[in-house]
Amino acid sequence: MIKYMFSKEEDIPGGTASIFFGFSCLMWFIVGTGIGSFNAAKLAFPDFFTHYYALQFGHMRQVHVHTVIFGWIVGAFAASALYIVPALGNTKLWSEKLGVWNCMAWNVGLMLALSTLWFGMTSGREYSDFMWPIDLYIAFCMVTPLFINIFMSILNRRTQGIYTTNWFFAGSFFMLIIVFLVGNAPEFFHLTGLNEAYMTWWFAHNVLGLLITPVAAAITYYIIPKVTGNPLYSHRVGHLHFWSIVVFYSTPAAHHLMSSPLPEWLKSFASVEGVLILVPAVAYVCNILLTMQGRWSMFVENIEIKYTITGVLLAIPLNMQGGFQQTRAINWYVHGTGWIVAHAHLALLGFSTFAEAAAVYYGMQTMLRRKLYSLSLANFHFWMLLIGFSLYWVSMTIAGLIQGAGKIYEVPYLDIVIAEHPYMIVRWLGGTMVFLGNIVWLYNMYMTVKKGEKLEHGVLPHEVAYVR
Amino acid sequence: MGFREYRIGSIMFGVALATSMVVTVYMPGLDISNTTATATALEKQLTYGKVAGFDYGDPFLHGDDKPIKVILKKDPKTGAAIDETVAYVFKPGTSLPSGLVHDHINGAAIQALSVSLGKTDQVSVEAGGVYLVVKSVKNGVETPYIELASATRGWTIDATLKAADQEILAGAGKVMFIREGCWWCHTLLPEQTHDWQSFGRPPMLGDFNGESPTTFGSDRKAPDLLHVGSRNSSKEWMMMHFFNPRLVQPHSIMPRYDYLWGGVDKKGNNIDLAKWDEEFDAYREGSRVYPPEVPEYADNSEIRYLIDYVLDLK
Repeated sequence: MIKYMFSKEEDIPGGTASIFFGFSCLMWFIVGTGIGSFNAAKLAFPDFFTHYYALQFGHMRQVHVHTVIFGWIVGAFAASALYIVPALGNTKLWSEKLGVWNCMAWNVGLMLALSTLWFGMTSGREYSDFMWPIDLYIAFCMVTPLFINIFMSILNRRTQGIYTTNWFFAGSFFMLIIVFLVGNAPEFFHLTGLNEAYMTWWFAHNVLGLLITPVAAAITYYIIPKVTGNPLYSHRVGHLHFWSIVVFYSTPAAHHLMSSPLPEWLKSFASVEGVLILVPAVAYVCNILLTMQGRWSMFVENIEIKYTITGVLLAIPLNMQGGFQQTRAINWYVHGTGWIVAHAHLALLGFSTFAEAAAVYYGMQTMLRRKLYSLSLANFHFWMLLIGFSLYWVSMTIAGLIQGAGKIYEVPYLDIVIAEHPYMIVRWLGGTMVFLGNIVWLYNMYMTVKKGEKLEHGVLPHEVAYVR
Repeated sequence: MGFREYRIGSIMFGVALATSMVVTVYMPGLDISNTTATATALEKQLTYGKVAGFDYGDPFLHGDDKPIKVILKKDPKTGAAIDETVAYVFKPGTSLPSGLVHDHINGAAIQALSVSLGKTDQVSVEAGGVYLVVKSVKNGVETPYIELASATRGWTIDATLKAADQEILAGAGKVMFIREGCWWCHTLLPEQTHDWQSFGRPPMLGDFNGESPTTFGSDRKAPDLLHVGSRNSSKEWMMMHFFNPRLVQPHSIMPRYDYLWGGVDKKGNNIDLAKWDEEFDAYREGSRVYPPEVPEYADNSEIRYLIDYVLDLK
């Protein structure tokens, strides 16, 4: 990596930045899910690894969240964007060198951010836990270079139109910078009270709604047509998806605080807008599934399609939950319970991880010009991820419903803790499966670099049959 | 190639995003900023100081740069007996909460009273000061305001600390609450639709003015703590519970916070955690009748801050 940081732009092979981002997001995914599994073990067995200050649940919990969000999810977005944007513009990445530097700044920044957070230096605000100097670093040294690279590559494209995927890439990373700067305003300018509480959730909502969901969707907009060979079912519906994300998804921040004393108009407004999230959601899912027409056999045969379509199918329960669980009628029952934890994992570990895993599998093969080392290992990874995630999601949803019942009937809290215990163990097992699956993935990717069958020029990975 | 075919789209994108920001940031901000503070909000500001999270006054979250809450039973100046009074001591250099720095945080009526009756226009970080929350009743309407007792009653910092019956380090304790991640499981937000019976009254609109961060918590894996000090005011129980929650609550999944003792007890003796664990295991297996004693914490230990904070959540 150091070598390419100081070489001339024209000496850096295309796809270098993407490959670096790909491997680093994989590493972070293993770290993040490892910490997640460790945390889950602590919830199931509270005396597991006690006495160690650094390994306390209260210190590790937010490190898990930010490792998977910024290390894995956003890192995988960067890896995907840096090869998809040029491919869709029929051009080269604007600057591979900037991309390589960006990857370095990303990893150094994350290391710094996560260790300070681990150490206890936090702002005490969920999802914007990092102290504000780190927030500024993320906005200007991690996200801005990435946005510039994507935006300039789109400007320098050699196609006339801009494909759906690239609207999302350009729009989302731009909005991410804005969200970071506006959402952390309480820390920069010391805003206090309910303004601070509201802006915390404004940030949290928009990081998910304007970055993670749309970019994960953007990736599937690329992978499905590319690998199946079918054109996108409808660009009009794509338009509907994009614009309703910008208009509807950016507004319901207050629905995270339905039981707090925020102004009632704000909660009602947020709740209605929250249901309208179903507009982009339904448009998106229909568009992708209809694109699969006539190619459904690939859902079984092709590993990238298997991942992507699983992700898209998981987006259906995700959006149905998301649209309705925030209405007052349902929120009072599930708010603050494991149901919400299950929902958050459905969004990040279900929908978006599966979409990104497909993009990383596909992108690494294309950029490395090598066929994946082992399809069996990839399938093994897929099932570890899917079964692990399902165990997690189902157990936490049930635990959440138990908690909800206990909450509204005001059952003594300890009885709820006792009732939840078996589900906490299942949660830990599920999380551990995901973690172990990811180690297999890293091995598979490493072996692809070393021993993967070389792809001939002009041939795409899915066009070559597996020899093993 | 550029974006020229996308001019209208780019403009629409800007308009949509800006409109969204106006509706979701500017309008709620205006509305919320017009909230008048309650007495609870004023008390919280004076108890917790400026920020409980990361700040240059306390970058490593050690609980520095925080005020001290004291209970007075005699007048620090004259020594005469007075009704039990809560005062907030800001030592010189302690950062002030928003409500004392900006004049729009607490609401116009409170601000006017604080300045005219409470002399809060003489507030200074360098000099520090002793503050009170007092109530003015006019035409049957109660308005709380902040009084700078150093200016109005001549209560100096040293005399107040000396006269204090009890020092409550809840400001530093809230830092512990945030740093140790208590709020990942314990919410501070009884919900409006239920929770009244077991967790108490939900907070009101004006209870948060000037507080930072609010740490509502979002994932309730453990009881709500907003009024925990009213349900359980036993320091001994808290001490045992923090040292090893399984000691008082066998099914609890709370982590142990024995490391917040800082390795030494009140008398300065080292705490042997391994020996304690051994004895506790023996007790759990039934080969010991009584559990081992929990060491009493030192006055400047982090656990003292945290217990002060938790017991102060009335």
